[in-house]
Amino acid sequence: MNWEILGIWLGALLTLSLYSFLYRDNPFYKFTEHLFVGMSAGYWVIYNIFNVLRPNLWDRLTGAGEAGPDLWMIIPAVFGVFMILRLVPKVASLSRFALAMIVGTGAGLSLVTTLQTNALAQVEGTILSVTGGGLSEFLDSFLLVAGVVCGLVYFFFSKAHRGVIGGAAGIGITILMIAFGASFGYTVMARISLLIGQAQFLLFRWLPTIPLFRGLAG
Amino acid sequence: MGGLLEKLDRIDRRFIYLLMALSVLVPLAFRLEMPIPVSPGPSMDLYEAVDALPPGSVVIVSYDYDPSTMPELQPMAVALTRHLMSRGVKIIATALWPQGASLAQNALTQISDSLGLSEYEDWVNLGYTVGGAVSVVRMGSSISAVFPRDRVGVPYDSIPVLEGVGRLADISMVIALSAGDPGIHAWVMVAQGRFGIPVGGGCTAVSAPEFYTYLGSGQLVGLLGGLKGAADYETLLKRDNPGAPGGTATPGMAAQSISHLVIMGFIVIGNIAFIAGRKRKRGGAK
Repeated sequence: MNWEILGIWLGALLTLSLYSFLYRDNPFYKFTEHLFVGMSAGYWVIYNIFNVLRPNLWDRLTGAGEAGPDLWMIIPAVFGVFMILRLVPKVASLSRFALAMIVGTGAGLSLVTTLQTNALAQVEGTILSVTGGGLSEFLDSFLLVAGVVCGLVYFFFSKAHRGVIGGAAGIGITILMIAFGASFGYTVMARISLLIGQAQFLLFRWLPTIPLFRGLAG
Repeated sequence: MGGLLEKLDRIDRRFIYLLMALSVLVPLAFRLEMPIPVSPGPSMDLYEAVDALPPGSVVIVSYDYDPSTMPELQPMAVALTRHLMSRGVKIIATALWPQGASLAQNALTQISDSLGLSEYEDWVNLGYTVGGAVSVVRMGSSISAVFPRDRVGVPYDSIPVLEGVGRLADISMVIALSAGDPGIHAWVMVAQGRFGIPVGGGCTAVSAPEFYTYLGSGQLVGLLGGLKGAADYETLLKRDNPGAPGGTATPGMAAQSISHLVIMGFIVIGNIAFIAGRKRKRGGAK
């Protein structure tokens, strides 16, 4: 049996079943949707056991590699068990220790880095020279700084948006709308790209497996 | 005219789906081609940054995506991998998404075989690591602590291409192909922010706007956004290497452009029909 052809046909039929929802809800769509959810859950369980838990916990704990057993790994193992105990109502509260560990570690590791990367560096990026460069660079810098300031003014709610503040807030919301429009445009492009990907699969991989359409793919 | 607009206002949504499907399928089936002019911008910046890498330098390419975003990111991965390998740059492939490791392997073996390069000498796929940004922080002091073995279990210390590469500071550049989190954010925050390594990126079109701020501040050396970014990169690669095989992003751009025209048409028609309907209702109320 040619497994590749079988895989292509399975992929094509499942794709068409999913797209059939665009006409109306139907059993083929329902079947594919349930199949996807079940397969995904099974895949993730197995993947995490063999690619996360085993190399990162079990192998180190038992010393399956060249190094001896790493007994420090007992600590994350216990925390891992605590997380699973969420399923047992009587001792579910133990999972809070594991969650506290995750939240604390995550916050501690990312606090400074996030502030540096997403706040300070961005502020630094708006401090631009207005003297160097030509007129276009000056306008570019001016537009950036004015846009940032006006955008921030829109989110300043302790003063009524009237007069100069109102004007600046108006410019701010206009700039925000332009940003949302650009974001929406990119989203449309992304969705169409996914459709193009599946269309390429159907046209150039699936159709040529049907003898009648062999010539189409060239 | 009023009757037509009223009909358009109540058009069956399935008709719109059909037109969208045709606007994608017809250009693809007839292999319609459209020019893809690449103007100076994030795509060209990334291309030039990669082009400026000296042969023999070592780059981490992180394949942080899965099959759901393959149509956008795999063409980027193939084009970038080809560009890096053809310039003699060594690639260390990593993945912060589980299925990224397999997709990386597909791109790496495909290009490596076509260029006559060999695994472990010219590139290595270290596979997937859990932990996102936390793992990248650890790589700052020891990459082998995060990846003691490669994707298939070969020990880190026995891989020739990794000789002399102990931590992120030994890397010339990081390129993150990212479908979400963990991805570009993690690499920019840690590799660029904490260790000063130049970071380039490729992402889905949905997430491109959020990374533009990193371009303005110089935290990203360049960015490929969605299928257009991939097509830009393929076009630049083809410009400098006319013999290189084409990718899958460029043929998709004609379909992309035509479907965008159809969507724009629907937006215009929808707004005209809406405004006309509102006027009709107001007129009726008077």
